[in-house]
Amino acid sequence: MDPAAFGQEGEERTDMKEAMILRNLTKRYKDVTAVNELTLSIYEGELFALLGVNGAGKTTTIKMLSCLTEPTSGDALLKGRSILTDKDKVKSIIAVSPQETAVAPNLSVRENLKLMAGVHGFSQAEIREKTNAVIRRFGLEEIAERRAKKLSGGWQRRLSIAMALISEPEILFLDEPTLGLDVLARSELWDMIRELKGKITIILTTHYMEEAEALSDRIAIMKGGALLCTGTAQEIKEKAGTDKFEEAFIRVVKGETI
Amino acid sequence: MRMTVFAKRNTKEILRDPLNIMFGLGFPLVVLGLLTAIQTSIPVNLFELDQLTPGIVVFGLSFLTLFAAQLIAKDRTGALLTRLLTTPLKPADYILGYLLPVLPIALAQGLICYLAAGVLGLGLGSSLIGAVLILIIIAPFFIGLGLLCGSIFNDKQVGGICGALLTNVSAWLSGTWFDLELVGGAFKQIAYLLPYVHAVELERAVLAGDWSGIFPHIWWVLGYDAAILSAAIFAFMKMRKKV
Repeated sequence: MDPAAFGQEGEERTDMKEAMILRNLTKRYKDVTAVNELTLSIYEGELFALLGVNGAGKTTTIKMLSCLTEPTSGDALLKGRSILTDKDKVKSIIAVSPQETAVAPNLSVRENLKLMAGVHGFSQAEIREKTNAVIRRFGLEEIAERRAKKLSGGWQRRLSIAMALISEPEILFLDEPTLGLDVLARSELWDMIRELKGKITIILTTHYMEEAEALSDRIAIMKGGALLCTGTAQEIKEKAGTDKFEEAFIRVVKGETI
Repeated sequence: MRMTVFAKRNTKEILRDPLNIMFGLGFPLVVLGLLTAIQTSIPVNLFELDQLTPGIVVFGLSFLTLFAAQLIAKDRTGALLTRLLTTPLKPADYILGYLLPVLPIALAQGLICYLAAGVLGLGLGSSLIGAVLILIIIAPFFIGLGLLCGSIFNDKQVGGICGALLTNVSAWLSGTWFDLELVGGAFKQIAYLLPYVHAVELERAVLAGDWSGIFPHIWWVLGYDAAILSAAIFAFMKMRKKV
């Protein structure tokens, strides 16, 4: 499908190229609407956060965009490829780091990375080269031969993101990447995510307001499957009439914005 | 290539779990040793090695059901499968990637059981090769059952269903521990409607070099292979959409 056929609305940014265009993306389970007519654009190199309370539809949105779940209606184009008709091509340019650490517990860190490079179809030489490069890039040298199940939560998350990045995706989905981590591990992961900013498009879901504010270029707030607003953290705070982002989020979700 | 990478990972996951080695290999060997020791102390021929060993080999395969089911169930609950489902792996890569690594493990398990029985006094001739290779026909039922259970149940449920229930069903209804003719009635009829006793009879016939004796058991086993593998593929494909 031609991206132009999707049309544009809302906060159109003509100076930036769209990495993702969502149009009326909807998911219904029997009588529950998990995501309702979601329409938005996300730009190349942007770190875009999806915020919302439990059941807002964030994870379902990511599942649809990563071709894990079929939308009930609507479509999305990822770099011009439809999640309905171009699934294989979409899968070749995305990577997902799920809520859970999602590692192979009895494989070493190096073997986990090789597994992900291998399932993306790289040659043996490429697998070796990419694995070594990712180990260096993410500072995994000292734990490279250790089995994943023996790692701390922070290292497992780091490995999880490294596994997502080994295929050099153009779009990365980070579903609650720092959930359950201590302050130090979270700070280290933030640094890792900041390093990726601008290089690839990142869609982040999180329950931590300070995380969204600190890392994101733009933020979308969802409730009950619907999009309530999008904007920078500053724009959302201004809209809510407060200088605290967490308070702004609560006001938006409660419908108390100006 | 992609399937091979995934299959290699699955082999490592199974073989690196010490509990798998302990139950999959250690337990059948212990049972073989114990029953052989009992046989030397009783006046009737209850656990003769040529009858007992094929039964133990088939019983050992029921642990492969547990390993395969646990692997898939853990991949689901740990979200590794979610991650893999967003990669270019195809449905056939997953199914073959889960099934194929368990097959050589089944052959190795069978060979080790027969060699142990040889040490205990079982006469091993050229039919040993056939008795091990026929596992290529028997094992898919047990592995497919693992894929089916792993696609339906979570890892805790799999432990109970495959670890306790199915291993017992496999043991009691296979005619390994006692002659089903002695029990007779509905128990025997049910046993002969299931594949376990047919798998044991098939194994016994091949070990004895009695090729005409493989019938009709081989048809039962092949029929169950086809049915369970079809059900497993269906359940896996359905589960993919619910991840």
